[in-house]
Amino acid sequence: MSDTHARSVAFVRKEEIPPAPPPASQAGVVMWLRENLFSNWFNSILTVLGILAVYYLVIWLTPWLANGVWDADSLSECREILDGTRGACFAVLTERWNQLLFGFGYPSDAYWRPALAFVLLFGAVAPILFSDLPRRLLILTALYPFVAYWLIWGGTIVVPIVAILGFVAGYVAYSQVVDRSFAGGALAGIAAAAVVWWLGGFISDEASGFLALSEVPSRDMGGFMLNMILGTVCVSLSLPIGIVLALGRQSKLPIIKGFCVVFIEFVRGVPLITLLFVANVVLAYFLPPGSNFDLILRVIIMITMFASAYIAEVIRGGLAALPRGQYEAADSLGLDYAQAMRLIILPQALKISIPGIVNVAVGLFKDTTLVSIISMFDLVGLIRGPILASTDWNGVYWELWGFAALLFFVICYGISQYSQWLERRLTTDQR
Amino acid sequence: MTAVTDAPKQSFQLSMLINDTRYRGLTFQFIALVLLVFAIGYLVNNLITNLDDQGVVLSYEFLGQPAGYDINQTLVPYTSQSTHLRAAVVGVLNTLLVAFLACATATVLGVFAGVLRLSKNWLIAKLMAIYVEAFRNVPVLIWIIIINTIVTILPAPAAYRARGDTPADLELLFGGIAFTNRAVYVPAPVWGPGSGIVVAVFLLSIAAIFFLRRYATKQLYDHGRVVPTLWPSIGIFFLPTLLIFFLLGRPIGLDVPTIERFNFDGGLQIQRPLIALWLALSVYTGAFIAENVRAGILAVSKGQTEASAALGLRPGRIMSLVILPQALRVIIPPMISHYLNITKNSSLAIAVGYADITATLGGITLNQTGRAIECILLLMLFYLTISLSISAVMNVYNNSVRLKER
Repeated sequence: MSDTHARSVAFVRKEEIPPAPPPASQAGVVMWLRENLFSNWFNSILTVLGILAVYYLVIWLTPWLANGVWDADSLSECREILDGTRGACFAVLTERWNQLLFGFGYPSDAYWRPALAFVLLFGAVAPILFSDLPRRLLILTALYPFVAYWLIWGGTIVVPIVAILGFVAGYVAYSQVVDRSFAGGALAGIAAAAVVWWLGGFISDEASGFLALSEVPSRDMGGFMLNMILGTVCVSLSLPIGIVLALGRQSKLPIIKGFCVVFIEFVRGVPLITLLFVANVVLAYFLPPGSNFDLILRVIIMITMFASAYIAEVIRGGLAALPRGQYEAADSLGLDYAQAMRLIILPQALKISIPGIVNVAVGLFKDTTLVSIISMFDLVGLIRGPILASTDWNGVYWELWGFAALLFFVICYGISQYSQWLERRLTTDQR
Repeated sequence: MTAVTDAPKQSFQLSMLINDTRYRGLTFQFIALVLLVFAIGYLVNNLITNLDDQGVVLSYEFLGQPAGYDINQTLVPYTSQSTHLRAAVVGVLNTLLVAFLACATATVLGVFAGVLRLSKNWLIAKLMAIYVEAFRNVPVLIWIIIINTIVTILPAPAAYRARGDTPADLELLFGGIAFTNRAVYVPAPVWGPGSGIVVAVFLLSIAAIFFLRRYATKQLYDHGRVVPTLWPSIGIFFLPTLLIFFLLGRPIGLDVPTIERFNFDGGLQIQRPLIALWLALSVYTGAFIAENVRAGILAVSKGQTEASAALGLRPGRIMSLVILPQALRVIIPPMISHYLNITKNSSLAIAVGYADITATLGGITLNQTGRAIECILLLMLFYLTISLSISAVMNVYNNSVRLKER
């Protein structure tokens, strides 16, 4: 058959022709451009507008960034150096760097302490954030608050040690009794801790010079450090309170449920700034006469209240998302309420609510800038107050606000990226 | 087999208060109640002692006294001789004004950014992603201050004034709008006699458009006839109102702002703090709304689009009849909570000097009278009222759009 065919035609191709390359408009950069930027007239207009916007932004920003002056003592000196050309005056950042980070009250020879506490923070949160790390590292997390307190506020090391001992004693007492009843265990734990702290009070009074760092009063905290302190302290304190509130709101006991609902709805219904006003001018009326809480402590109390109401709502969502079967299974195993919650319900509910909790944490960290309105000198307050009001730097808006925005952006964007990574990880798990 | 009998009736013992599930709840609640009463009693006791020490009595009489401070942006007549109560009312209205304006613009901005972020146009999608991330991850207070600084760059009112022979540096936009670093001036309407009729005709024509559309839908569903609505709607919108307007001899005039020695006079003035706060809240919350809109559209499965395309619907119809109704169910609840956030974030007005309720009642009035507890109580009450009423509306809405399960 093929033979006859071969004879009847003059030429038969023996080998396959290599495939021709696709037309230029259907491959490579051109195709990508056509599909992604110029697929129709509307998209083309959008693209052109977008390119123009980016172009003008770059044209406008580049000389400003490139001509930036990093070394000068005042805005007028900056202008002299720039000599008419457009450029930023980043010198304000270098000159006021320590102030921006630590506030103007913190003793300059002790800057290493908050810096060290900040570095240690990463070690402390790593075991919480990455569940692959060995669980034993959680001990570092537990120790961190005491170490950080000692580093930042100073004073004798006996105080944090006594505080740790109190917690350890409380935990030992709790684990002795908890097999019989959870409530009894909790009571025993609190009692043991209280006794240790009370006794330890005498010791720390006696040994006030032992391994002591110079003490720094709270009112000297400022700058970005204050935002970090408020953010981390309030988020970590509000987590347990939020869990309790969420459980209380789910409870069948009307008085407890009513209290939790009223608290949560009240706090969520008012802006944080009014709560900060309360901390600033009203809270003192409700504290015992003669007591002298400093402003940071009062602010921490109010922000913690605020955050715990929001976290409670997130966790309530997690609790509601659990199938009813989990509750019923816990009941049918004969677990009591405390056991069912600790062993079955909360581990699952908390896992579901992690992204929501991270969102609240990011929001809260951003909201710590509001303390500048009650005239505390956090990063924003410091820029608005002492720096922009000083004769040297009056008028340096863009560099300072850009820097503040960048600091917050880096941290908040980092946290939200982590949260998305975690969400992706959690979805591949069982559910 | 043993016969099942009732458990023997136990007499009540004290230990049953803890060990018996029937009574345990009551015991715990009782303990909680006692603790709560003690805590409140303790706080109230402290309050009374502290007030006694300072010789202060709680009273709201200060609300009737003259405030003695000026407010630059007011919706109702106000002078520095008005009472603190009136200052508070001005503050409330200002809060509601900026919240309303910001909600409207944030929604528009958020919907655009959310839809564009899903666009197939790579550049636009990336730009929108940058917008959303930049605004979501920086505190709103910083944005308010930055935008306030940007608005300050606008020219001073003097730039619109001609000095002798030299003409003014800037002309009024459309002959009546001026952007300055003090305020934006726009023409204000002047309501002459008969203007009520024009407004009434305008409202009636809007109602007529509404009925026309319903009629068209009914005709389409009942008889399959397509009644044109676009051009008739446009006609009804403009024609009757314009006709009446000119027949009555132009009862509504415009009060155009005019430049005086240092400032503009007349017209409607939108002060700089209001503009800064409005813009900042809009772009900040717009970023959040954009994420909601994106999530809502992504939540509608692709099968819905394909199914409606298979039914022969055109892309516009697919969006309006199939995708949007389903996406809105996901979008609206978080959207309303963002509106609530705008209202609460508007309390940051104090940072740019806009006289909202926090700045008047919680700021100047509080500082002048020293009535901290009363002022802050009223302030919280106001915000609570707004939040709870918005939550109530949201609950009603959620119930009405809930998936009807059969």
